Amino acid sequence: MSGNMNLTLKVWRQKNKDDRGKFETYPVQHISPDMSFLEMFDVLNERLINEGKDPVAFDHDCREGICGMCSMFINGRPHGPLQGVTTCQLHMRSFRNGDTIVVEPWRATAFPVIKDLAVDRSAFDRVISAGGFISVNTGNAQDANSIPVPKDDADAAFAAATCIGCGACVAACKNASAMLFVSAKVSQFALLPQGQAERQERVLSMVAQMDAEGFGSCTNTGACEAECPKGISLSNIARMNRDYIGAQLSTQKA
Amino acid sequence: MSWFTRMFTSTIGQKLIVALTGLFLSTFLVVHMVGNLQLFKDDQGMSFNLYSVFMTSNPLIKTVSYILYLSILFHAFKGLHLAYKNLKARPVGYAVVNGKANSHWTSRSMGVLGTIILVFIVVHMNDFWAEYKFGHIPYVQYEENLQTGEIKSKPYIDEAGNPKTIAKKVEETIISKDGIDYKLTITKDLYAEVAEAFNNPLLVLLYVIAMFAVGFHLFHGFKSGFQTLGLNHPRYNPAIQFLSTWVFAVIIPAGFAAMPLYFLLIK
Repeated sequence: MSGNMNLTLKVWRQKNKDDRGKFETYPVQHISPDMSFLEMFDVLNERLINEGKDPVAFDHDCREGICGMCSMFINGRPHGPLQGVTTCQLHMRSFRNGDTIVVEPWRATAFPVIKDLAVDRSAFDRVISAGGFISVNTGNAQDANSIPVPKDDADAAFAAATCIGCGACVAACKNASAMLFVSAKVSQFALLPQGQAERQERVLSMVAQMDAEGFGSCTNTGACEAECPKGISLSNIARMNRDYIGAQLSTQKA
Repeated sequence: MSWFTRMFTSTIGQKLIVALTGLFLSTFLVVHMVGNLQLFKDDQGMSFNLYSVFMTSNPLIKTVSYILYLSILFHAFKGLHLAYKNLKARPVGYAVVNGKANSHWTSRSMGVLGTIILVFIVVHMNDFWAEYKFGHIPYVQYEENLQTGEIKSKPYIDEAGNPKTIAKKVEETIISKDGIDYKLTITKDLYAEVAEAFNNPLLVLLYVIAMFAVGFHLFHGFKSGFQTLGLNHPRYNPAIQFLSTWVFAVIIPAGFAAMPLYFLLIK
């Protein structure tokens, strides 16, 4: 087992959303540098279960960096020290033998802790329900070439659509603002012809829902963009600001 | 709720207020700095004092100045209000935050920097603006030799040495002595007030600290304002970045800081 690591984990433990919660310290031994961060937690949880203790609750699903479920705030940064990866794609080789690693849940009024490291991100779902869609009649899909889309627009829309809704932007933001997430979801439609019919209504409704959820306001620190595992650009926030101001000034609705 | 209320109670609408007032205040700084460069002119303060008269009597500038006072209040209090709301968006903080990994410290310190500037503005306006408008600044009389351009100044006092005043803000007359024309100018001597105030090292220190705060505040604030307005494009982002850094974070605060230092150390 040469090359394996011994680490100290300081993990946030909280029974439920009303519990005050506190840090627990867990030494973990013989961790392979090739394990993912979540696999390291699996090892810890196996041990806790064998000891008859409560395992650490954390969110995860695909474990290949595309679902947006994993959500750990590691040593002061969402998804840990690497850029452009989620926690499941963070490997233990990014740490050194003997390190102490502090693991916390996302912190935001809009993301209440469910248990330990798992938070309730349904605020994002409600923002999407408010307008993050296009309304189309059912039936056969029309021929793709019947709607011309410039390549640059298609690329920009796709780049915005790569947002996996993990919430790292909110977690990284000193104001717990959701502007990067909401702006990506506004932009992916605003850039395409199919999104034009509901463009104004969409941005107005989604921003109103974002505010109602209790997210903070954006101060353009850029922390969200730097920490986003999908590299969503701040230019989406500018586009949403433009669309929002334009929609408020010109919408037909009273 | 009307669309207007809805817009300006939304987070984006409130930020729009902060951005628009902030950018307006930035343009004011340019004018204020360039105008005040006249403090460096070696004419016993005549051009600076005449500039002060112009700035407090021209109707257009007076109108703009009231918009300016409102902008300062809106910018400061809306900014602080949003900062308070942003604190409430994360009631339980992190034990460890590695902010420098993802953002510049100025962008995370706008509230603190802005508060330093607000305190400075109160002191600054109390020292000069309120003093000029409501205080008792003594008058000065300049005698400019229109042939040689030489300027002499003396306090505007009566024979007993008591300060005299005039009804207008400035009085200019041309007189002839020995075939040479002289221009006599009588006006409030704000220049002397400035020179006297900046003899106090503590006040100068406050000014220099405040100018560092202005520089750091605008280093983030100027470009942030454009982003809030939705103006973010590779075509003009470099220009905004350049203005943010060199004009608003370096040249403007350095020019302002040079003024008190000039009176303390050189004059």
